[in-house]
Amino acid sequence: MPTITYIDHDGTERPIEAKNGETVMETAIKNSVPGIDADCGGACACATCHVYVDEAFMDKVGQPEDMEQSMLDFAENVQANSRLSCQIQISDDLDGLRVTTPESQH
Amino acid sequence: MPDTAQLIENDVLARNLEGPIDKVDPSEAALFEHNVHHEVFRRLRREDPVHFLPDSAFGPYWSITKFQDIVTVDSNHKVFSSQPSIVIGDPTDNFQPPMFIAMDQPKHDVQRRAAQPAVAPTQLSELEALIRERVCTILDSLPVGEEFNWVEKVSVELTTQMLATLFDFPFEDRHKLPFWSDVATTSDAVGVVGADMEWRMKHLTECLEYFSRLWVERANQPQKFDFISLLAHSEDTKHMIDEPMELLGNLMLLIVGGNDTTRNSISGGVYFLNKFPGEYEKLKANPELIPNMVSEIIRYQTPLAHMRRIALEDFELGGKTIKKGDKVVMWYASGNRDEEVIENADEFRIDRERARHHVSFGFGIHRCMGNRVAEMQLRILWEEILKRFDHLEVVSEPERVQSNFVTGYVNLPVVLHAKA
Ligand code: HEM
Ligand code: FES
Repeated sequence: MPTITYIDHDGTERPIEAKNGETVMETAIKNSVPGIDADCGGACACATCHVYVDEAFMDKVGQPEDMEQSMLDFAENVQANSRLSCQIQISDDLDGLRVTTPESQH
Repeated sequence: MPDTAQLIENDVLARNLEGPIDKVDPSEAALFEHNVHHEVFRRLRREDPVHFLPDSAFGPYWSITKFQDIVTVDSNHKVFSSQPSIVIGDPTDNFQPPMFIAMDQPKHDVQRRAAQPAVAPTQLSELEALIRERVCTILDSLPVGEEFNWVEKVSVELTTQMLATLFDFPFEDRHKLPFWSDVATTSDAVGVVGADMEWRMKHLTECLEYFSRLWVERANQPQKFDFISLLAHSEDTKHMIDEPMELLGNLMLLIVGGNDTTRNSISGGVYFLNKFPGEYEKLKANPELIPNMVSEIIRYQTPLAHMRRIALEDFELGGKTIKKGDKVVMWYASGNRDEEVIENADEFRIDRERARHHVSFGFGIHRCMGNRVAEMQLRILWEEILKRFDHLEVVSEPERVQSNFVTGYVNLPVVLHAKA
């Protein structure tokens, strides 16, 4: 089982054992990780699951598709490593992934 | 007005509940005014969730009534266009100034991006102290133990002050804002009977003139974080001053978008806690429920009952084919009561799990830009109410707004009871 580490905006780390096939958003919600609202429940339609992906994993995680990019455009403090966590599916490849949640979701 | 109520009972409601399913028309504003629209939507969700009505006061249109179908339509902006308007009807005077809520990509994106910093979380934390101070002033001025209209004294006043802050609008003139908002929404396009479209035009022109003056002032000062300053300074929108109709349209959007919606959520919360006294007790016992309750109030109220789209190509939904060019109405008021997604959806529960999962703010690229301000305004209000009053009692049924778009209250008679 891959481990995903969630880091909140003031640096607290929460390593979580994740299940393959679930998303980084779902894993956070199921484990009550703060900092992700996921208002639309994973439909790529609200942008309240915004996270920053650790640079070391950028290639493995890949680039956002069209719709995700459109939604990200309206999140706050978007950076080159911003992704919507409901669009990142967990697999063994992502074992060790670290994502940081923003101070607030918009 | 008992005769109107009678009319509803006997005619509009009966026709929609007992008549043939293919004639059901949830767009009649009287249904909302009398708060019976939920029954009509319940029938549609059960019998014909993706419903086509070939003939109505607003022409032929589709009704989308299930939560998931609404998400599908709302997040598919390539197929479902927001142009030229997002309300069910088209105004009889054809006056539809452009505004970004009623624009598609790419123009929508640049205009929204220019205005958005005014209501982004960073800016809101700057505004929180001011908003709290104003809430306190208003609450401290209320009469205790005597009946008054909560809508007028609290909901309207508080929302007006919030809007004035977001526009950095001259405080002493702030009452112009809700007035212009009312003018903008008093349109036959949302089912208002007898709307005077000429009077409407005259006042909208006044609004444009007033804001044009503010715009010129702000353009010549350093950029700040109010809507006008942001728009006047952004490379993408600074020429809007030369496009008066587009400026007016966006002003109408920013004024109306925040006004009735927040106002009616403020009133709605008071009403719901009175309808569900057990929830009021829970709240008093546990004020930490406030943020969750705020989402539940916004779901239960659904301040905007619908948004409309036009299909740009044929689209299959729920076993039906929506044809290119068809008008599609997403009924948020219905999606928020969809039992398949929301358990006991007709109940108001302040400790509901996943209360944020509602459709009141829409989804996709047009998802409400001001949602965090609205939530903050309500949160602060309830924090301060609980500190001050033992009980906020609704003493008779409210009088409601006549519209199939804005759901809300004209009059909510209450009596405040002080803490022992
Ligand atoms: C409880 C309060 C509110 C509710 C229920 C609400 C609801 C909505 C809805 C349903 C939409 C359209 C979503 C869609 O088409 O998918 C919307 C858009 C919008 N709202 Fe709100 N709103 C609220 C408060 C506010 C406030 C306080 C403001 C700002 C002052 C605001 C500004 C806007 C703007 C500018 C848009 C257009 C966004 C776009 O097209 O990209 N709203 N709102
Ligand atoms: S949960 Fe809504 S976009 Fe990810």
